[in-house]
Amino acid sequence: MGFVIWDLEFETGGFRLSLLELKGVSKNFGGLKAVNQVSLDLEEGEILGIIGPNGAGKTTLFNIITGFYKPDGGEIRFERENLIGLKPHQICHKGMVRTFQIVKPFLQLTALENVVIAALNRTKNVQEATSRALKTIEFLGLKDKADTLATGLTLPHRKRLELARALATEPKLILLDEVMAGLTPTEVDELIRLLKEVNEKGITILLIEHVMRGVMALSKRVIVLNYGEKIAEGVPEEVVKDRQVIEAYLGEEFGNAES
Amino acid sequence: MKRLYVFLLIGLLILLVLPKFLDSYVLGIFIMIFFYAYLGQSWNILTGYTGVISLGHSIYVGVGAYMTFLLTLTLGLSPWIGMWIGGIAAGLIGLVIGYFGFRFGMKGVYFVLLTISFAEIGRLIVLHLKVFGSFQGLFITPQFSFANFQFKENTPYYYIALGYVIFSLIVVRLLERSKIGRYLVALREDEDAAESLGVDVFKYKMIAIFISAFMTSLAGAFYTNYLYYLHPGTMMSMGFSIEIILRPIIGGMGTVLGPVIGSFLITPLAELSRSYFAKAGYEGLHLVIYGFLLVAVVLFFPRGVISYIKKALKPVLSGLK
Repeated sequence: MGFVIWDLEFETGGFRLSLLELKGVSKNFGGLKAVNQVSLDLEEGEILGIIGPNGAGKTTLFNIITGFYKPDGGEIRFERENLIGLKPHQICHKGMVRTFQIVKPFLQLTALENVVIAALNRTKNVQEATSRALKTIEFLGLKDKADTLATGLTLPHRKRLELARALATEPKLILLDEVMAGLTPTEVDELIRLLKEVNEKGITILLIEHVMRGVMALSKRVIVLNYGEKIAEGVPEEVVKDRQVIEAYLGEEFGNAES
Repeated sequence: MKRLYVFLLIGLLILLVLPKFLDSYVLGIFIMIFFYAYLGQSWNILTGYTGVISLGHSIYVGVGAYMTFLLTLTLGLSPWIGMWIGGIAAGLIGLVIGYFGFRFGMKGVYFVLLTISFAEIGRLIVLHLKVFGSFQGLFITPQFSFANFQFKENTPYYYIALGYVIFSLIVVRLLERSKIGRYLVALREDEDAAESLGVDVFKYKMIAIFISAFMTSLAGAFYTNYLYYLHPGTMMSMGFSIEIILRPIIGGMGTVLGPVIGSFLITPLAELSRSYFAKAGYEGLHLVIYGFLLVAVVLFFPRGVISYIKKALKPVLSGLK
């Protein structure tokens, strides 16, 4: 442990620390190359967006990173530590958590109970977990819903709950899978504000998002996936002008409107 | 919440003095109420709280009963000690079943089939081995003493069975409030979500099946010493497994009081109708009544009777769980 810390200090002296690193990650389902040789580097404190058409392999990539799928090839390192072969709960304990595109609340539990379970990731004490969960719920503006069963929550509230649970595990990196889908523009703006605040607390964010308004507002860098391959990478303003990206994903209109 | 405890305490006090006023036959019914409430509660930990469906809990009763008895027979060990060893044995069998089931991701009906298979294997082994008395079963010549867990009257059995129920209520209540209990409920609600939030789904399922099997088998020791008779046909059959699960389903799964309420509703009905129909020459007809009752409960109280009671008594008991 000692010299790892040394190493980090040395690293951070020159560059920012790489938190998550993917090298040539691939995953096949039968003959389909769902994710093909994808590499990416995520710096600590960054917000990186992943965009691409449906079926481009974005969620599959999340499933690989968080240990739900085993990749067929490539390397995944989190804080320089190999992640391949670890189970999702171990990865969560290391400080990486994901949300699900189709939210998965614990339906028969109250919002607070949902978040308490996540908070137990860092403590054995249920009381302590409860007080931490309350803070998280308050932060996300769900306080008046704390005692509502998750079955009784609307979709926007369920999405917030999903986010609250993820945050309550006290992650260093949070992977958000389309948290803005299905929200009204006002709700999207509110969420953007919240996520910026989350990021300012030092939590790195990797987000899959179709809501371009959200991607543009949050991401410092964007990666574009198409047919499982990375076809572009860069600052959002440039990426949306990329010919290939417009053809694959955004469509002519977006390209024209932006330029 | 406080009120509920007051009501439970009053209920307990009534149950404590009840034997003074009841004859042996009625006491016997109460003993069965407690016995099945306890068994239902043990099963409830695995299926009600954790969402892992077991239809083979009879195997744990059998293991507890035979282990306890054989330890007495061969080593002269008191059932009061032997039952804990039986519990650990049953827990280990639970872990084996769990390992095969959970390691390879068996869910739903497939896991149910696995539990049935193990229970049947257990029953057939016991049925065909001489040590277990094979087809005749094992008869116990009771030697009445506390150390032997054998009594002439029903009253001591009544208090012991009541003790079992209280023990199970305390265990489940503590579990419910602990980290383990929270995790079990989480993985019942959504395994993937639980796993992604740091719950070691495999480990916690194993914990659940161990506790459930362990507790279930303790009832085996009671049953043996209450009936003075061991036979796989009575305590290791599929039918017995179904008896175990009926009360918590009817009362309310995943709740502390559900199995107890279920047992108070079902067991007297079962006992009375069984003896009534047997006398009238229609043995087994009570099972038909069971069947209809189960259908009715599923139709009208899909979350168990307790949810209805909860609603009806809300003004009186705030916080009944």
